[in-house]
Amino acid sequence: MGEHHGPMKGVKRWILATNHKDIGAMYLWFSFIMFLTGGFLAMIIRAELMYPGLQLVDPNFFNQMTTTHGLIMVFGAVMPAFVGLANYMVPLMIGAPDMALPRLNNWSFWILPFAFSLLIIAIIQSFLGIADAPNFGWTFYAPLSTKYGPASTDFFIFSVHLMGISSIMGAVNVIVTIFNLRAPGMTLMKMPLFVWTWLITAFLLIAVMPVLAGAVTMMLTDRHFGTSFFDAAGGGDPVLFQHIFWFFGHPEVYIMILPAFGIVSAIIPTFARKPLFGYASMVYATASIAFLSFVVWAHHMFTVGLPLAGNLFYMYMTMLIAVPTGVKVFNWVATMWRGSISFEVPMMFAIAFVILFTIGGFSGLMLAITPVDQQYHDTYFVVAHFHYVLVSGAVFSIIAGVYYWLPKWTGRMYNVGLAKLHFWSSLIFVNLLFFPMHFVGLAGMPRRYSDYSLQFADFNWWISIGGFGFGLSQLILLWILIDICFRKKGEAVSDQVWDGADGLEWTLPSPAPYHSFSTPPVVK
Amino acid sequence: MTEETRKQSNARLVAKLMVAVVAMFVFAVGILPPMYDAICDITGLNGKTASEAADTSGAQPDAERTVTIQFLADTDPDMVWDFKPNVFSVKVHPGEIRQVDFHVRNPSQRVIVGQAIPSVSPGQASPYFKKTECFCFNNQELAGGQEADLPLIFYVDPELPKSVTTITLSYQLYDITGADAEDPELAANY
Ligand code: HEM
Ligand SMILES: [Cu+2]
Repeated sequence: MGEHHGPMKGVKRWILATNHKDIGAMYLWFSFIMFLTGGFLAMIIRAELMYPGLQLVDPNFFNQMTTTHGLIMVFGAVMPAFVGLANYMVPLMIGAPDMALPRLNNWSFWILPFAFSLLIIAIIQSFLGIADAPNFGWTFYAPLSTKYGPASTDFFIFSVHLMGISSIMGAVNVIVTIFNLRAPGMTLMKMPLFVWTWLITAFLLIAVMPVLAGAVTMMLTDRHFGTSFFDAAGGGDPVLFQHIFWFFGHPEVYIMILPAFGIVSAIIPTFARKPLFGYASMVYATASIAFLSFVVWAHHMFTVGLPLAGNLFYMYMTMLIAVPTGVKVFNWVATMWRGSISFEVPMMFAIAFVILFTIGGFSGLMLAITPVDQQYHDTYFVVAHFHYVLVSGAVFSIIAGVYYWLPKWTGRMYNVGLAKLHFWSSLIFVNLLFFPMHFVGLAGMPRRYSDYSLQFADFNWWISIGGFGFGLSQLILLWILIDICFRKKGEAVSDQVWDGADGLEWTLPSPAPYHSFSTPPVVK
Repeated sequence: MTEETRKQSNARLVAKLMVAVVAMFVFAVGILPPMYDAICDITGLNGKTASEAADTSGAQPDAERTVTIQFLADTDPDMVWDFKPNVFSVKVHPGEIRQVDFHVRNPSQRVIVGQAIPSVSPGQASPYFKKTECFCFNNQELAGGQEADLPLIFYVDPELPKSVTTITLSYQLYDITGADAEDPELAANY
């Protein structure tokens, strides 16, 4: 780290970026743009479902909306947000000058806009009525996606390849950074939990993103090169697709929640003014969740006709995951227990996370029971489950993290009044949006249809109101970010920012200097 | 650590991780599918039945027990043939040998080669469903306008678990005209 120089001027700073903060910021903005894009598609879905019958869109277009919404939110919004936070925060938290592989870092970000352009071109074509976008659901089951997929399926395949490459490069970078760039004295068991959860997440990414790439590659060869991996006519089996997809898919859902656990484990001790309860058990719980996530995939396939022994095995394994997850929830609660809690905005989101994520965990446990999943599978109950863990779970944790570290990033405090408004409106609308889905799901409303029978009408009207409200609430966040990042509003903050905060990132000035720890700090 | 040793140890770690990435890709594409096929072959889990004729010696009919066999015949969307079983269900005693015929008709003007793919439900019954002769062992060729009755001769192994009282045999008929000539390996799969 010889010469010290500031950022390059103009657009080159971003295109040629190798600085972990610049790249982290780009990841976060990219993720937010994708969040708004995916949210826009969700508004179309909820507008159509507000009333029974078909009023706005035809069923095929509707399916394109659900498919692209899911893909954009999972791969474009949640995952890049976590990678962005890792880029920004991991070097600060372990006392490193930057990420270990800055050029690779540049690549892994800049691939993403290309990957998502492919999906977005497909959806724009569909809006213009030129050609269909992918319409087979974010899980792209064969033969829907192989034999019956529209021409744009090949855009989708290539897009997934690119996203996979980007995620793998990001994961490699995180692992190398954590292993090789820790400050002297920063032993593994002294690392902040966000670093730990990201380390484990990165290993999950390395293990399963190639499997996803393999799945879409097999789709590609089935579609164009005469293989029959998933085609019964040539000796293949479409159920094989589901096994391979969920072998990736279940670890993938943990990729989207482990970093969230890390963020919440940073925020709660700060505002409870107590050290995290059970640090070591948190680390082991994270590792066991990651390990177990490889042996539960068939809980997504209870209805394909697995043998009884298989169903039982996957049922028990799935329930077993709830144990380390429960350890985490109890640890967060124990951290707050008798703490002197104050309710700053990041803490409000973190507490909401703990409660709402736990609701999602409970519905997950219900779904894990094989015999009842026969009824719940592919209904809105599943939709309720995964939106509780992903929206009021993963997304809330990301928002909490942004409110927590934004003053460190910018050196200024955001508009707290607006942020509280953002919190309360998000909290109320997210529950109005997703809670009734449990009931319509239990009553038998199937997912992925553009219409429903009349008895579900009133609930769906309320769900749509919740959806519009939640969507609009996020514009408050957009404004808060513009206000602080571009209009440079807000009062200057101290280096410590939050009086109870602990960790290396708070020893740096606010805003954090362009080059982080040029001389490594010594951790006692 | 000096800058040089750090660069080296970074490179070593990256190399190891890339090996893992490649290994997982190979695992997904090269190992999982054959492993899945092998497991299904042994256990019959995905309802696939043996693609070779079973031999009939030693199947002692068990008059105490009756099993209902249901037949389904479907065509792939690209396949124009009419295809249906002449009877939709039969009752058999395990061990008893039976013949049922499936009717096919090629309504088009051209020669079409068809291949039927069987599947048995519940999957656990498929190792016990023995076909001594089946039109699905080979592909079938019909000239334009031609029709035929295709025979299936089968018996149910008396070892069939007691819990199974009904077995559904489903055929999906595919148009594979030209496939066998172009791709011997693909044809060998049938
Ligand atoms: C206690 C922990 C959990 C349990 C026991 C659990 C269980 C399940 C089960 C059994 C299903 C399949 C339901 C069906 O399709 O019939 C499911 C679906 C799903 N879960 Fe979970 N889950 C848990 C936590 C999570 C977490 C933490 C996430 C993500 C952050 C998540 C995301 C999903 C998603 C996205 C689906 C639906 C996939 C789809 O079909 O589109 N789950 N869960
Ligand atoms: Cu799962």
